[in-house]
Amino acid sequence: MTLAEKILARAAGRESVKPGEVVTAKIDIAMSHENADVVLRAFKEIGIGKVWDPDRIVILFDHRIPAESEKTAATHQRIRDFVKEQRIKHFYDLKEGICHQILPEHGHSRPGDVMVGTDSHTTTHGAYGTFATGIGATEMAGVWTTGELWFMVPETMKINVSGKFREHVSAKDLILSIIGRISASGADYRAVEFTGKTISNMSLASRMVLTNLSMEMGAKVALVAPDAKTIAYVKNHTRMEFEPQLPDSDAEYIEEMDFDVSSLPSMVACPHTVDNVKAVADIAGTRIDQALIGSCTNGRLEDLATASRILEGKKVSQDVRLLVIPASRRVYLEAMQKGYIEIFIRAGGLVLNPGCGPCLGAHQGLMAPGEVCISTTNRNFKGRMGSSESFIYLASPATVAASALTGVITAPDMPAP
Amino acid sequence: MKMISGRVYKFGDDVNTDVIYPGKYLSITTDREEMAKHCFETVYPDFLKKAKPGDIIVAGKNFGCGSSREQAATCLKFFGISAVVADSFARIFFRNAINLGLPVIVAPGAARIAEHGDEIEIDLEDGFVKNCKTGKMVQSSRLPDFVMGILGDGGLISHLQKRIRGGKIRGG
Ligand code: SF4
Repeated sequence: MTLAEKILARAAGRESVKPGEVVTAKIDIAMSHENADVVLRAFKEIGIGKVWDPDRIVILFDHRIPAESEKTAATHQRIRDFVKEQRIKHFYDLKEGICHQILPEHGHSRPGDVMVGTDSHTTTHGAYGTFATGIGATEMAGVWTTGELWFMVPETMKINVSGKFREHVSAKDLILSIIGRISASGADYRAVEFTGKTISNMSLASRMVLTNLSMEMGAKVALVAPDAKTIAYVKNHTRMEFEPQLPDSDAEYIEEMDFDVSSLPSMVACPHTVDNVKAVADIAGTRIDQALIGSCTNGRLEDLATASRILEGKKVSQDVRLLVIPASRRVYLEAMQKGYIEIFIRAGGLVLNPGCGPCLGAHQGLMAPGEVCISTTNRNFKGRMGSSESFIYLASPATVAASALTGVITAPDMPAP
Repeated sequence: MKMISGRVYKFGDDVNTDVIYPGKYLSITTDREEMAKHCFETVYPDFLKKAKPGDIIVAGKNFGCGSSREQAATCLKFFGISAVVADSFARIFFRNAINLGLPVIVAPGAARIAEHGDEIEIDLEDGFVKNCKTGKMVQSSRLPDFVMGILGDGGLISHLQKRIRGGKIRGG
């Protein structure tokens, strides 16, 4: 069995499962953010009264923090009340950061577990060997009621990555090039397993970039088999027991693909789809108004480190608004201790509180018609970050930082004009 | 529930959830009638003027890709869209729609036999989509029985309520 099949079989209490079968799996972790408000309304309508297991539900605020409107303030309030009433143990109020960063930081992303979240990028946690996928709010209300959910066992495609990245090229460039090759629906309904030397050499943070963006090629789950690095991290962050699963050596894959990163250049996804991918060099010189470093894709310490190396001692172009958003409070603190935050501020950047920020266009840093943003986030859909007449380019932290300096899209290894 | 018929409102491939339901309205979490007032608002403002309750959306591949926002399915359901037919769906949208009792039908090629404004007929049990004007037909995949069960009960909430009443789920 593949890794996804192994985890599902275990969660369904079965010896084995096959792609296409429908199984009912026990849920280990159920995560919701502000949309817990929609979930709790459906939950109340179902009428069972108490959630199935208050220790397995994680609720947090990250999408609209601090509240940008009275409506959101009321949403936060209803959720806080519900959390108290149901005695939900793992609640992170608005100071902690983005869901996909704080779950691993607090030991909720564990190898071998099944996690569902009312957020599409829940695939991110596959970097820890978790079968993790996004579901809708009503479905989550069902999970809160029964602790179970049906899954169609997905077929698994294997992506084998080899080679050493060139300087300034990273996991973001790799996953953009993969999505560019296989398209926004190239992994629809499938499980993706990332393997190979390049993956084992990657930090967990970089693996998360791959599993996060796998959502943008349609993947149901995206997994990296847990290794010593994974186990050490998880043990460091939780006392909960977990049972890591590994793919069998005779596992059957629907498709296998090989990628060699040795000569991969910096990549960018151009408006308005994530699979409209080009080499940065091909569109270099495009004027930008805003540069955004952050999000559940690229707002971690290594991303801020990369950006700070490029920005240190320099000034952001006067025509560019540079926004930096650490993915979590812990990342923020560490970045502060390491001096990155000071580098951003001295360079002319604006550091926002940990959270989703402008990524989803709900508040903060929205764009006017005709404006262009280069961003480390994961979606460049039309109108995603404000005006439907604005343009979003997705790139690595290195590319975004280099572009902020010049005011035009710039590959980090190109000499400044 | 066996047959659904209605007038076609047509879209292309990869219609994403930000397009169906703009992020700026995500703070609307409970008022479903209000959600329905913003379907496709930023990118296809015509929809709100020209689509009518009872219409069937027909689209290409990967309908509903993008975020997990349930509002994307809720707004269509409460607008009165009677079904969505597509070559393929993004999985979260697909599940959300079923859970809300909005029929979603995978029928590859439906967009080729049905033009904007045509009347079409969907047979959920026999698994086909037919253009009433031209008589052209394509096959649609049948949904698994228990998914039909959820749809038949009008969505997951009433489905679970029924199971609770039947003593199949016990309260904590
Ligand atoms: S940072 Fe963006 S993509 Fe990530 S969870 Fe927040 S809104 Fe979603």
